[in-house]
Amino acid sequence: MEVACLQRRFIDLTATIFQQEILDSQFTQLQQLQDESSPNFIHEVVSLFFQEAEKLLNELSKALDQQIVDFKKVDAHVHRLKGSSASIGARRVKDVCIAFRSCCEENNKDGCIQHLQQVNQEYYLVKSNLEDLLKLEKQILASGGSIPTMK
Amino acid sequence: MAVVATETQYRVLAVDDNLLDRKLIERLLKTSSYQVTTVDSGSKALQFLGLQDDQSNSPPVSSDQHVINLVITDYCMPEMTGYDLLKRIKESSSLKDIPVVIMSSENVPSRINRCLEEGAEEFFLKPVQLSDMKRLKPHILKGKYKEQQQQEVLQNNNNTSSNNNSNKRKAMDDETSREMTRPRLTSSLTVL
Repeated sequence: MEVACLQRRFIDLTATIFQQEILDSQFTQLQQLQDESSPNFIHEVVSLFFQEAEKLLNELSKALDQQIVDFKKVDAHVHRLKGSSASIGARRVKDVCIAFRSCCEENNKDGCIQHLQQVNQEYYLVKSNLEDLLKLEKQILASGGSIPTMK
Repeated sequence: MAVVATETQYRVLAVDDNLLDRKLIERLLKTSSYQVTTVDSGSKALQFLGLQDDQSNSPPVSSDQHVINLVITDYCMPEMTGYDLLKRIKESSSLKDIPVVIMSSENVPSRINRCLEEGAEEFFLKPVQLSDMKRLKPHILKGKYKEQQQQEVLQNNNNTSSNNNSNKRKAMDDETSREMTRPRLTSSLTVL
């Protein structure tokens, strides 16, 4: 049956995402905050996260592309990205940000560039997984099914 | 008069320059049955609280005629930090009894202590959890109690200031002063 198959895929994808710590319990908490009075909450916050993260990654790229790098500025951007990823539960992005900040404190340009690459990778990983997850949810609901609750 | 009905709708003013975090705190507060107003800066928060520039004569009612029962603010904000906002509120004669909670993504003990010393009720580490919302009510009730105490003092001063009224205290005053001697929350509570 179509719905059962979708639900199976949803369960498997969720398990993988959490196992690999792409998302953590903060995301689960956000899911719990979505209800009939706020049915699009997850979609809204995820969209906001994408918007903000991409803007920050852009700024970081520009800032590190300068002859003379303003490490305070870079650190400020990473700090914001760390905050947003923590708020959404994007664990791996957050963890890279923490390491990234150390490079900023050390005024280590190469280290910063490396970490920017890493954070980009982790961001696109969480983005594609979230998109897949939300797409599956939509499909399940459209087929009249209910979203399996994970514990 | 000292009893607060459980159906009372309390309003919280949430201050955060980050849109995502504003959305989150709004959802957390609404889920916990609070009325919410969000603003993106300390200066907007002061405006909303009726405090313009250095005037501290405005009543604690916002331009929308809403009473604010608690302010929850992010610490790291451009221009005016949560700490600056806290200070302005506590320095205002009309706003000082409004409980203020600070949120921060960074666990810096000196920062936390500074805020608590300045009069913040609590310090929440971000990301704020639903369970943190339960910690707000006692501070709101304490704030309301202080507010009532202040009103009683003002009433008493008005009564005694004019000779005619010195012996004509309302029966209600006696009743409420009796109620006040057995408070559940004392204003001398030290929050650590």
